[in-house]
Amino acid sequence: MARKNQNIILKTKDLTIGYATKKLKTIVASDINIELKQGELVGLIGANGIGKSTLLRTLTNVQNPLEGDIFINNTALKKYAPTDLAKVMSLVLTEPVASKNLSVFELVALGRQPYTNWFGKLSKTDLDIAHSALEQTNILELKDKKCFELSDGQLQKVMIARALAQDTDLIILDEPTTHLDMYHKAYILKLLQKLAKETGKTILFSSHEIDLAIQLCDTLIVMTDTKVVSDTPCNLISKGTFETLFPKDLIAFDEKTGSFRVKK
Amino acid sequence: MPNKDTYQISFAILIAILFFCFFINISLGSVSIPFKDIFNSLIGNATEQETWQHIIRNYRLPKAITAIIVGSGLGVSGLLMQTLFRNPLAGPFVLGISSGASLGVALIILGSSIFGGILGLLFISKWGIVIAASLGSFLVLLAVLAVSLKLRDTMAILIIGLMFASITAAIVSVLSYFGSAEQLQQYIFWGFGSLGNLSWEDVIVLFTIYTIGILLAISATKSLNTLLLGENYSTSLGLNIKKSRFIIIISTSLLAGTITAFTGPIAFIGLAIPHITRQVFNTSNHKILLPAVFLLGAIVMLVCDSISQLPNSDYTLPINAITSLVGAPVVIWLLVKKRKMIF
Repeated sequence: MARKNQNIILKTKDLTIGYATKKLKTIVASDINIELKQGELVGLIGANGIGKSTLLRTLTNVQNPLEGDIFINNTALKKYAPTDLAKVMSLVLTEPVASKNLSVFELVALGRQPYTNWFGKLSKTDLDIAHSALEQTNILELKDKKCFELSDGQLQKVMIARALAQDTDLIILDEPTTHLDMYHKAYILKLLQKLAKETGKTILFSSHEIDLAIQLCDTLIVMTDTKVVSDTPCNLISKGTFETLFPKDLIAFDEKTGSFRVKK
Repeated sequence: MPNKDTYQISFAILIAILFFCFFINISLGSVSIPFKDIFNSLIGNATEQETWQHIIRNYRLPKAITAIIVGSGLGVSGLLMQTLFRNPLAGPFVLGISSGASLGVALIILGSSIFGGILGLLFISKWGIVIAASLGSFLVLLAVLAVSLKLRDTMAILIIGLMFASITAAIVSVLSYFGSAEQLQQYIFWGFGSLGNLSWEDVIVLFTIYTIGILLAISATKSLNTLLLGENYSTSLGLNIKKSRFIIIISTSLLAGTITAFTGPIAFIGLAIPHITRQVFNTSNHKILLPAVFLLGAIVMLVCDSISQLPNSDYTLPINAITSLVGAPVVIWLLVKKRKMIF
């Protein structure tokens, strides 16, 4: 393996995403070339309906790309067996878990499923990893609570802990800050930043919290009508990418504060 | 949180209760037999009266074993369905699986006159009924599953199950219009449910298929736990959803289908037992739930059967009525008291 490629976890090459039926191809976005490096916190931003979810669904192998390739650890996504993929990529989805009757520890320990035997027996290592995932997300004291007893913010931390327990190079989160108050939005994203630094995992999340993402992310992937750009937040500000994000009639991007303002 | 030790104590208690109920079930019946002689005949010694031994060995013992098979089998199949459909109201009855089995049996018993002569006689053997009931339940389960893939809405799935039950009832009534009085009677008696009509050969056949179903359920323990997260999370954990779903469905239809075939439809065990178990053990972990549902189902079924015998009388109530009388209030209590039925 070439040295310069070693720390690139996820890479797309001329990726075109969208939906294909027999008759019709609906292209959502094309020419997507992104590289996510080890230990990076990456935010995916864009207006509603621009295709963030489609991109995430394509990257997580839920739907097929129309064209182009996706590589994880230099291996094509399609070549991964399901259990192997589960060992390199974990997800935090917007949907709630089906059973709210699970205890927090049980739920986090389910992240170890790809590593356990046919009966799902947890080894000492599995238990230790689940335990430290709880520590890293500051929810050790919730260990024995049932999921239906938790607040939205706590539940989101539990889901992140579960993804951590899966022990993958890449964690992908779909809008982890929806339904949360301002404090918990910041808390969750700050937590993701800390986790990326401490664990060396690459964390990709989609979000509408553009100002928070600008402050916390190492790289931002910005989806606009015309193209998909990926760069550091500073470079994107100076390139003026954020001005192209939304229609210009209501809000404008303020370069000094790195946030959007309502036009007076 | 209950730890491993408290689970072990609970299991030990349940096993003790199971043995107790098993013994009580065998001791009760229309003929009063002293405990000493019951014990003697169970361990193979001679009893005071020859007939007592006959009653116990060839009537009460297979019936008690059938009760254990039925209670544990229906309980486990209900648990599997509740997890697979992510719906606390799922169960062999609600999803129309028992109706499917009934339809299969109705076609065999009532339809034999339509299919005619030798073919009909061939079908009407015990095996024919078993196969028809299993096939019926399997097909309905497949249909429900196909619908559940299209409609993510779990309420819709339940309504579909009810619709299948209506369709079955309609077809059965059409068939019964054409069937002879004798066939109709045979079908209606089957529909009352009975644990007592099984010979040893029947019990062995039932037990064999039941064992396969239970083994499949055990092999699916890990997938069942993963499915608690929902299908998308399960896929992201590397679970082969299609395969797991297939195993769970085969297991359920083998269990619910064969049991219904041999004993007739038995209501509420499949729905209520998993819920009672979750309340008792306070967990969703299938490694605990599966054996616990197994034991509780067997115990409840033995108790229901003992009640239906109306001890020391000549009457036997339909077992289906007893399980409904026990099961329905439990479900209502769970809904009212706990507000929501969690799974």
